[in-house]
Amino acid sequence: MKILTQHIDVPGIETIDVFMKNGGYKAVEKAIKTMTPDEVTEEVKKSGLRGRGGAGFPVGMKWSFLAKPEGVPRYLVCNADESEPGTFKDHYLMWKTPHTLIEGMIVSSFALGANTSYIYVRGELMYVINILEKAIQEAYDKGLLGKNILGSGYDLDLFVQPGGGAYICGEETALLESLEGKRGNPRNKPPFPAVKGLWQSPTVVNNVESISATSWIVNNGGDAYAAIGVGRSTGTKLISASGHIKKPGVYEIPLGITVEEFIYSDAYCGGIRDGHKLKAVVAGGSSVPILSAENILTTEAGEKRLMTYESLSEGGFATGTMLGSGGFIVMDETTCIVHNTLTFARFYHHESCGQCSPCREGTGWMDKVIKRIETGKGRMEDIDLLVDVAKKIEGNTICPLGDAASWPVAAAIRHFRDEFEWHVTHPEEATKPGAVYMRPGASWTK
Amino acid sequence: MKVTIDNITLEVEPGTTIMQAARMIGPEVAPPAMCYYEPLKGSGGKCRACLVKVTAGSEKDPRPMPKLVPACITAVQDGMIVENTVNEQVLETRKGIVEFLLLNHPLDCPVCDQAGECHLQDFSFEHGVSSTRTVEDRNTFEPVDLGDNIKLNMNRCILCYRCVYTADQITDGRVHGVMHRGDHAEISTYIEKAIDNDFSGNVIDVCPVGALTDKTYRFKSRVWFSKPMDAHCSCDKCSGNVTLWYRGDEVIRVTGRKNEWGELKEFICNTCRFDRKKTSDWTIEGPTNVSRHSVISANKYGAGLIRPAFPIAQAARDYKLIDDDRDRSFLTNQASLPAKK
Repeated sequence: MKILTQHIDVPGIETIDVFMKNGGYKAVEKAIKTMTPDEVTEEVKKSGLRGRGGAGFPVGMKWSFLAKPEGVPRYLVCNADESEPGTFKDHYLMWKTPHTLIEGMIVSSFALGANTSYIYVRGELMYVINILEKAIQEAYDKGLLGKNILGSGYDLDLFVQPGGGAYICGEETALLESLEGKRGNPRNKPPFPAVKGLWQSPTVVNNVESISATSWIVNNGGDAYAAIGVGRSTGTKLISASGHIKKPGVYEIPLGITVEEFIYSDAYCGGIRDGHKLKAVVAGGSSVPILSAENILTTEAGEKRLMTYESLSEGGFATGTMLGSGGFIVMDETTCIVHNTLTFARFYHHESCGQCSPCREGTGWMDKVIKRIETGKGRMEDIDLLVDVAKKIEGNTICPLGDAASWPVAAAIRHFRDEFEWHVTHPEEATKPGAVYMRPGASWTK
Repeated sequence: MKVTIDNITLEVEPGTTIMQAARMIGPEVAPPAMCYYEPLKGSGGKCRACLVKVTAGSEKDPRPMPKLVPACITAVQDGMIVENTVNEQVLETRKGIVEFLLLNHPLDCPVCDQAGECHLQDFSFEHGVSSTRTVEDRNTFEPVDLGDNIKLNMNRCILCYRCVYTADQITDGRVHGVMHRGDHAEISTYIEKAIDNDFSGNVIDVCPVGALTDKTYRFKSRVWFSKPMDAHCSCDKCSGNVTLWYRGDEVIRVTGRKNEWGELKEFICNTCRFDRKKTSDWTIEGPTNVSRHSVISANKYGAGLIRPAFPIAQAARDYKLIDDDRDRSFLTNQASLPAKK
């Protein structure tokens, strides 16, 4: 079942003519000509579509929270600042079929009553920005954007704004600050963007994938979308698969297939590279807890783990993780978890905005301590120190970057403590190039 | 609106923050503030020193808030119940915040002009632990001159953003802000351009630590050797209400007047601050009421400490009382708690 990537391999799909020939922009016509904004919102609510940027908050509910005072403009902002390590789905989608996003933007803006909308794209993706701008121009030329869209009296202007490449600007309020031309520091909440967002006006910020899915929902109805998936995880999800698998890439999966199927099926990752075994998986982008092979394939209750929001988080952080943004990083037994954790910690150290003290100082501290352990200068008490520092950052920061920085460190120690201890007790062996600790009787699966 | 903080209930106006309500009760329950500065709009929420536990959100929705909330920017709701010094999680988190703030701080108090009136010193004394767990190198910066009268020592900075808000709100043509990010972020002026503005000197007064210091006062004296006097003059730029800091007969420093929370009551101009250093320039009003933030107040680091109920209860539970004749009246002394209004 493919929704977003259905026509992605059609040659010339990035041009509006080919896109329209394949059923593109039908949702715009349907929504603007036959539906009211509230009806569109209602369909999205019915679909059960959840935010695809990482938090998984229901999109329809987010829309219904939008304050609608008289005489104040509302804005829709598309968060295309995808910079989570391991996640590259939005990049792929915008690059291949820019019109899918633009169609979703028009439908969503119509539902929210926004007359100006923005796509905030990560600065490194300059060529994607060029593709989007070309596509937007095409949409203007066809009368799908601008004044009086399709003769309905509804106006919409769509702008693409390049960011500066900062991870923090993917946080919605930092994104809004950046969009306003200021330093990208997250704002204190409340007020939430739904009340005071861009230029102090009510604003909805949604991920590229969430917005892109709305046009299919308008075309086929919310119930059809809700029929795909399991329980509260409805629809399809783009998963960016990377690491030691045979076929890395972006896959659109119906939510609810098993993790085992996703890793080993030929339709998706195609299994672990030859001669190696699965050791660990980061299931939703670098900020979610890493899980060992046993924990990712089966839940604590012994059931097969599914690719859904609920199943992946089953067991809490003790044995579970999160679906997050769908950055699926697979590691085989040649991966040193300490080194991997160092890479993540260094990233968050580099990307912390420096506004609030736990994150500013804590991320740097964790980076330095893990660096010491990795280079063979660690002390046994450093491992507990890391756990404690992570605990003191988590939940005490302005924005979720603090949580994102502390979870991977805490989880790596939770599941691979012996590896950290080995680095401390065997510094000479551990610092040899390519050295990896093998747990005695390691049961990395298959 | 009714709000309960540490089991003390009081009536406040709608729109009051938890911090403001707690300050109405008194310093015993007021959370520490390292970045919040009432006269500056938009300040607060950054240092996380004032995180408190809300155990009941409001009368209507009495669920507890899932995370600790910053007291300085969270407005009270009717029927809200807040725990500050009686909550173990809050005290534990605050220890962590002290540790984070000191992580890259040089701890050069013996040579720092701010020592004795430093909020970070007070904060770590009251809420931190006496040992350190870090063995890492600290981040260092070169000291920079911001104009003729202000010295910036980034090593000591805790990035509270107070000076940025000051530069933004009370001086015009702002050239002062934060560059870079994370723990390598630094306060800076545009390409080290001098701050040249009649009110720029106020960034020294708002700085909670010794990052921004007065070059006309640098290394002249220690705070606790000087005598503060309230004085005024007729100034055409500012109100002229200042505090003069005397050493012997000599005025060694002029600052704005601060309230009991260490916040400026009025911003003063640079002429008053840097140029009027003779007694004859001023009309003396009398000795300054010394704030709790000053070591000049008697026995600052000895008596009158905040003795929250929680650690006392914990001590009683975990440790045996040794039977000797030492004075332990402070353990049960309620005098430090405010009388109920």
